[in-house]
Amino acid sequence: MRLENRTQLDMLREDCVRRRNAETRRILVCGGTGCLAGGSQQIFEKMKELTAAYCGNHDIQVEFGEEIAHTGVKKSGCHGFCEMGPLVRIEPFNYLYLKTNLEDCEEIFQTSVLAGKPVERLMYKQDDKVYQTEEEIPFYARQTRLVLKNCGHIDAEHIEEALAVGDYQSFEKALFEMPPEEVIRIISDSNLRGRGGAGFPTGRKWTQVAGQKEKTRYVVCNGDEGDPGAFMDRSVMEGDPHRMIEGMMIAAYAVQAKEGYIYVRAEYPLAVKRLEIAIEQAEHLGLLGDNILGTDFSFHLHINRGAGAFVCGEGSALTASIEGKRGMPRVKPPRTVEQGLFGKPTVLNNVETYANVPMIIKNGADWYKSIGLATSPGTKAFALTGNVNNTGLIEVPMGITLREIIYDIGGGIKDGKKFKAVQIGGPSGGCLTEDDLDCSMDFDSLKKIGAMIGSGGLVVMDDSTCMVEVARFFMNFTQRESCGKCVPCREGTKRMLEIMERIVHGEGQMSDLDELRELADMIENTALCGLGKGAPKPVISALNGFGDEFREHIEEKRCRTHVCQDLLTYKINPDKCKGCSKCARNCPADAITGELKHPYVIDAMKCLKCGACMEGCPFGAIYQE
Amino acid sequence: MGHMTIDGRHVEFSDEKNVLTVIRNAGIDIPTLCYVSELSTYGSCRLCIVEDDRGKTFASCSEKPRDGMVIYTNTPRLMRYRKLILELLLAAHERDCTTCVVSGSCHLLELAQRLCVDDVRFKNTREPQPIDRSSAAIIRNPNKCILCGDCVRMCSDIQGINAIDFAYRGTDALVTPAFNKTINETACVGCGQCRVVCPTGAITVRNDVMPVMEALADRNAIVVAQIAPAVRLALGDKFGLPKGTNVMGMIVNVMHRLGFDEVYDTTYGADLTVLEESKEFLERLSSGSGLPLFTSCCPAWVKHCETKYPELAQHISTCRSPMGMFSAVIQEYYKNPEKNEGKRLVNIAVMPCTAKKEEIRRPESKNKGVQNVDYVLTTEELASMIERSGIVFDKVDIESADVPFGIGSGSGMIFGVTGGVTEAVMRRLNQGHDRTAMADIKESGVRGMEGIKEFTYRYNGRDLSFAVVSGLANADKVMEEIKSGEASYDFVEVMACPRGCIMGGGQPAKSGPRTRTARYKSIYETDINTQIKKSDENPMVTMLYEGLLKGKTHELLHRNFEEAQREREAAEQ
Repeated sequence: MRLENRTQLDMLREDCVRRRNAETRRILVCGGTGCLAGGSQQIFEKMKELTAAYCGNHDIQVEFGEEIAHTGVKKSGCHGFCEMGPLVRIEPFNYLYLKTNLEDCEEIFQTSVLAGKPVERLMYKQDDKVYQTEEEIPFYARQTRLVLKNCGHIDAEHIEEALAVGDYQSFEKALFEMPPEEVIRIISDSNLRGRGGAGFPTGRKWTQVAGQKEKTRYVVCNGDEGDPGAFMDRSVMEGDPHRMIEGMMIAAYAVQAKEGYIYVRAEYPLAVKRLEIAIEQAEHLGLLGDNILGTDFSFHLHINRGAGAFVCGEGSALTASIEGKRGMPRVKPPRTVEQGLFGKPTVLNNVETYANVPMIIKNGADWYKSIGLATSPGTKAFALTGNVNNTGLIEVPMGITLREIIYDIGGGIKDGKKFKAVQIGGPSGGCLTEDDLDCSMDFDSLKKIGAMIGSGGLVVMDDSTCMVEVARFFMNFTQRESCGKCVPCREGTKRMLEIMERIVHGEGQMSDLDELRELADMIENTALCGLGKGAPKPVISALNGFGDEFREHIEEKRCRTHVCQDLLTYKINPDKCKGCSKCARNCPADAITGELKHPYVIDAMKCLKCGACMEGCPFGAIYQE
Repeated sequence: MGHMTIDGRHVEFSDEKNVLTVIRNAGIDIPTLCYVSELSTYGSCRLCIVEDDRGKTFASCSEKPRDGMVIYTNTPRLMRYRKLILELLLAAHERDCTTCVVSGSCHLLELAQRLCVDDVRFKNTREPQPIDRSSAAIIRNPNKCILCGDCVRMCSDIQGINAIDFAYRGTDALVTPAFNKTINETACVGCGQCRVVCPTGAITVRNDVMPVMEALADRNAIVVAQIAPAVRLALGDKFGLPKGTNVMGMIVNVMHRLGFDEVYDTTYGADLTVLEESKEFLERLSSGSGLPLFTSCCPAWVKHCETKYPELAQHISTCRSPMGMFSAVIQEYYKNPEKNEGKRLVNIAVMPCTAKKEEIRRPESKNKGVQNVDYVLTTEELASMIERSGIVFDKVDIESADVPFGIGSGSGMIFGVTGGVTEAVMRRLNQGHDRTAMADIKESGVRGMEGIKEFTYRYNGRDLSFAVVSGLANADKVMEEIKSGEASYDFVEVMACPRGCIMGGGQPAKSGPRTRTARYKSIYETDINTQIKKSDENPMVTMLYEGLLKGKTHELLHRNFEEAQREREAAEQ
């Protein structure tokens, strides 16, 4: 059915709302990548079976006109609490069940769906308190979920669900009630800043594109989320694809573009699938295509899959990749707003930025500015990972402190360990230390302390983490992901990595630290693109924050966290050793000698540090130092 | 228009495309390894980095000049960065500088010395790559490649061939043909322009000097060489003579001293081409079929046209190139026992061109399956022969080329520049001999260094439409217009190298706009100083048509398609 005008859209939306409201019970099984990996597909199938068995066959499909009360079974997008998956949510009670198994389904169905009672054993517990609903769990309670509002609460594969919760309302408003300039003015007024990393004002970008002489323009969405540990954009694309598509449509209308491209990394097959379904359904309804809702506005949307190069998240490399060229950044100017995709003016924003747009159009710039900080309004989604109790996807107002994120939302450091650092902004970011815990999380404050929000990855590290090794890890990442175009990044990161490898292998010298700084200074100031310029950051910020650890690795050949294998020595505690000779027999290098019934010794020169002795010692006499 | 402050001095600028050009125009030779003004700005070497008054650094190649800019080009900080960048490049470069072919002209080495890189602290850990010797024209050594991309952009931006591109990421990045093929498996036309812009020894000309030296020492061989017009204007560069100096007389002298028995002038061969090609043009004009006629002098163009536009290949003139015609004539001439004195003939061509090395191997260039030219030496290789011999070039006397093939007309001479072939054909068509007639032709639009020139010229009561093209990407534009019917011409001249053979792939490298202009001027000066302007007035040519060529014009002066057919069939079996 193609919608020919605004009235038809409104009627359809009313239908969808009525249909959704007719669902007296909703079973939402998380269909995000994390939960799917945990087996949520089988749980979903089981729930469907149970629904059919107990309630008749009134599941999933939202058929129009069918408004009898029934139970809906939905495969939703990511709830964000991935640590606890697979997740099942039962509405209208908003019970959230964690780490659900196939065997739990029957009980959930009987108790919650049919009887409306909670199954407490599957619910979130903290300090002996049971949290029945999603909204009460501290992980969620401290968040402000605006962009992710519908993620986990709707069936992402049915546009009717999206319509029922208000998607495409803002586009409709823009299309029928606002001239394009008005849309741009609101976005500019809202002070929305690009969520891709640099925080460039979105309104200014749109204004620049709208002001170009060239009339063929493109709208491109950067969904090439490549930072290790980041999955904010994936969740939006999987959980509420229509919100992002709506944002792109509003952008297209604002700059009068007729074609749009979504660049998604191929490692996100589910996001690609959900987007494909979303686009197809929007096209079917005539929300995408020619003469949308009977107006002269036409917009076509295409999906491009990236082949997994980190650098393709850089604007000019991304557009080159869409054009079918090698994904390499080019020199600027000309900037993407002047000559972007196919040499035409291009609006290039990331997924989260577009997902912010509809609510700004709907509620106005002032409302948006009331959230977060004046200079960085709105919320920001972070992928909270690492050594915290609650990992997952969170959305918080700009200006929240790191402490609140880690301790209030993240539930503190795992296993009662001590906080050490947070890696923020991915491989081009830096690490924040204890001193920065009360720093406000917004574009400008982080920039001041030499870090950046980046796309929003937050890797929390406890005191068992070796910062030298972490720096080496990120250096290894950027070095491998360098496109190889400019000399500083291609050759410089390689040499920095070589030095970092020397240090973690115990072959470093103090002069290496100067060499690292010399290379880093040159790379930061001369590299062609942001990836190169940011590449030395993890090393330099680790060096600045944890210089002692570097020094220990080099001078004392010691890794205080026992992470760097080459710096460990295995020793036998003579008090505990009974002289059984098992370790000597286990040792592949004949490094352990001794006399039976007397303490054995390990020859450090021969030792391969394989750990076989320690694993096998029945008396726990062998330890690492 | 505006002004900026460069290192404390006020500098005016007008429409310079980037800050780098403003800096260079201000007399500061800021170093670059990936900037070639004719190519698109790539920005990979980062050596042209400058600093503004707030300490912000940026690459000057990709920054537009803005009024009031304050920049510094030589602060200690920038020096440090540049030196480190060069050190990093050298660390990943096969540094056999003492034995490298381009040792004296290596741009990387020159910059390393200029910027005082006195130590390379890092080991070369690049995986050694095989050297690609598959092409008759060029040799690629990826181990010396610094990935500046100049060759890639030359091959795509200017030549439209795209034979090579980048592959792999990070330090594994390589410049290579697609799918790791060898260069002879690509659409490479052998123009050698990649080698001209290569700042290191990663792409070099295939060197055929040694076998020529062997032949010169062979008492049972008679070694004959022909010298192409453009060679004489460029060889002097290698010996410190002013750019564009015509050193033909010195070449003849020095080659005799090197042991060449006879030294001839390809200008003579060009005269033969003018006559044959004009004849073919007139025939096609009168029959009205096979128009436009495409010139066939440039082997890189011929190959490009055959590969990319096979449907239009029959428009290419059947004429051999001047070198091809001339070498076939020489071959025939020395069949006479009186001339060969019972020795075997070794036929050498000294060319500004690397593609000629491929041309001589083509079946169409052969007679009875035998190559007419044994070896093509480029201008660079001749210079290297002279250097090896120890003969002090700028001290040698002048000699004239040998008879009977030592005289060429001005028409033959200008073959070395874009538009030359066309102008020579126009002179042939024009019945007039006087200066006014020559001036008319000169002013027709045929001259100039632009990549595409279009004009009409009145002949026999009709306006003939000409296109003169240099650079194969330009040729592609014209070809697409011809294919689509947007443009129609009677005569199309194409030279693969921008501005023609004077800037050929075998000419001394490191030649910029000044060299170009000097060679361009010099070639027309030589024409002015030549008494015979028209090819048909060359008495030695007339003699040849009445003698040796009688009944053999087709066999000796036109491409041997029967041979090509035979080879194709043999290959198919």
